[in-house]
Amino acid sequence: MLAYIIRRVAQSALVLLIVGLVAFAMFRFVGDPIDNMLGQERTADDIERLREQLGLDQPFVVQYYRFLENAVQGNFGVSYRQGRPVIDILMERAPATLELAAVSGILAVLFGIALGVFTAIRRKGIAANIIMSVSLIGVSLPTFLIGILLIYLFSVELGWLPSFGRGEVVDLGAWTTGFLTASGLKALILPSITLGLYQMTLIMRLVRSEMLEVLRQDYIRFARARGLRNRAVHFRHALKNTMVPVITVIGLQVGAIIAFAIITETVFQWPGVGLLFINAIQFVDIPVMAAYLMLISVMFVGINLIVDILYFFIDPRLRVDRKGGH
Amino acid sequence: MAEPVLSIRNLSVEIPTRHGILKPVDGVTYDIAAGEILGIVGESGAGKSMAGNAVIGLLSPPAHVSAGEIWLNGERIDNLKGDAMRRLRGKEIGMVFQDPLTSLNPLLRIGDQLVETMLTHLPISKSEAEKRAVAALEEVGIPGAAKRVNSYPHEFSGGMRQRVVIALALCAEPSLVIADEPTTALDVSVQAQIIALLKRLCRERGTAVMLITHDMGVIAEAADRVAVMYAGRLAELGPVRDVITAPEHPYTHGLMASTPLASRGKSRLHQIPGAMPRLDAVPDGCAFNPRCPRVADRCRQAPAPTVDGNAAACWFPLQHEEAS
Repeated sequence: MLAYIIRRVAQSALVLLIVGLVAFAMFRFVGDPIDNMLGQERTADDIERLREQLGLDQPFVVQYYRFLENAVQGNFGVSYRQGRPVIDILMERAPATLELAAVSGILAVLFGIALGVFTAIRRKGIAANIIMSVSLIGVSLPTFLIGILLIYLFSVELGWLPSFGRGEVVDLGAWTTGFLTASGLKALILPSITLGLYQMTLIMRLVRSEMLEVLRQDYIRFARARGLRNRAVHFRHALKNTMVPVITVIGLQVGAIIAFAIITETVFQWPGVGLLFINAIQFVDIPVMAAYLMLISVMFVGINLIVDILYFFIDPRLRVDRKGGH
Repeated sequence: MAEPVLSIRNLSVEIPTRHGILKPVDGVTYDIAAGEILGIVGESGAGKSMAGNAVIGLLSPPAHVSAGEIWLNGERIDNLKGDAMRRLRGKEIGMVFQDPLTSLNPLLRIGDQLVETMLTHLPISKSEAEKRAVAALEEVGIPGAAKRVNSYPHEFSGGMRQRVVIALALCAEPSLVIADEPTTALDVSVQAQIIALLKRLCRERGTAVMLITHDMGVIAEAADRVAVMYAGRLAELGPVRDVITAPEHPYTHGLMASTPLASRGKSRLHQIPGAMPRLDAVPDGCAFNPRCPRVADRCRQAPAPTVDGNAAACWFPLQHEEAS
């Protein structure tokens, strides 16, 4: 098992190196930064000095290495637009996005699995068929449209929930949270539904089809032939087997929730990293964009690593170093 | 004679389809006594497994029992619904499936699968069930049972897994075991062991066994009586020795003649001409009539007489000089 984890960590590191290369390459594609930093009144001497000072006269590989060295230490340079260290800006914004993503992810996973199991067990029931039809909407409507519809209904028409922002937040030092105030919690409802709806319907439909497949297996027939109660057959025997493939997709989707938060954050003016990224694109704020790219990929890779390790706890057949045979 | 454990009276199973109603089991009657092993033979699609599934109440819809009765220990069970039938499964009727590689849940330890079965049916504590799980594995001949209860199915070979499946089927001490092709998926060398094990356990406990197979060798080895099925109907029923040495139904006769035997030397194997009719095209009269060497007009018009007790369902059964 240890060898497997080490191998997966090594693969993850490789992925991050490649993403780092892309992030680094962005700096070079948008022209010479020296041009931006020095005004019209410059001499060839100034340019040469600054270039040397910033290390831009070094070979590509050396520059890339220094970029990585800084990135690992959390140093992504200074935002062109705000003039503050990028890492500080990101850390300020991250709690908003992470809280939103966490609530959306939990909603998507809990409701997705519960509804998936329900629609699989009551395959022919009326309720299950209604849920399946409605879920098509969740899969096919674009996120921003769902957000706008929710705002129209609950904020504009009914006036129950705020249409933008995080509400009041409590500052816990390094972390600001909206969980501790009523307005903060209320502000979370619409964005988290908007963000999680697609993932929820996706997980639900996947759980349903996997579960139907598992329910056809011989060991389910055998479990029934042993007279086990339906509850045991469905939840102990079927659900666990269903989760093996589902968990991979859940891992990817949780990553996607963080990445797609950009759209939801724009619709709801949610002060998270996604909105920061959109603004950074508008102002060609490369350090912010590069740092965002790295942050998202670290999360994606991290979640996938966790998923791969989770397999071990669910599927004993993967624990290969256990003694087999008979 | 004591009351039979299982008594099937004139049982029919129907599957409604777009092209009409199929009858995979059609008016079948037989009994199985305590401690008796009744072999059910027939080709694929003859209705052997379907009858077994009907008994344990696991016909997959839209298949359903359309006529006849099933009695278990003097109680009628074919009309039991949902939870009442569920209580009988595992408790009164155990089942062994064909493929031991797929009958066990790969994610649960075999001990847990045994314990959950016992706790579902028996009024015992969890620690007692755990003790009995080890005993059950020992009884089916799994070496190092105390350690192996904590193993997962993939850690066993096919033969060992079938032993586990048998332990699972028997752990709540059912009075009837339905073994549906229990050796078909196993190596030849392991088949005989599994049959011997099943036979020994059921003899010791007085369990009635419905042994479904297409393998005459298995029947000859294990069964007391044999029921031959053809196109959903019972063709012949009788003690194994009689049916094998002196079959009365022309189909059984053909079946025996096409079974390879070492004693018969290198002669060409007999073939029954044609194939078993599909369920949507069973001929009128006796289902076997298009292939039967002894066919007469009567066979094409009237269904063969039904088997009740030891007999062949045939208008013109083969006669044998030595009385059976």
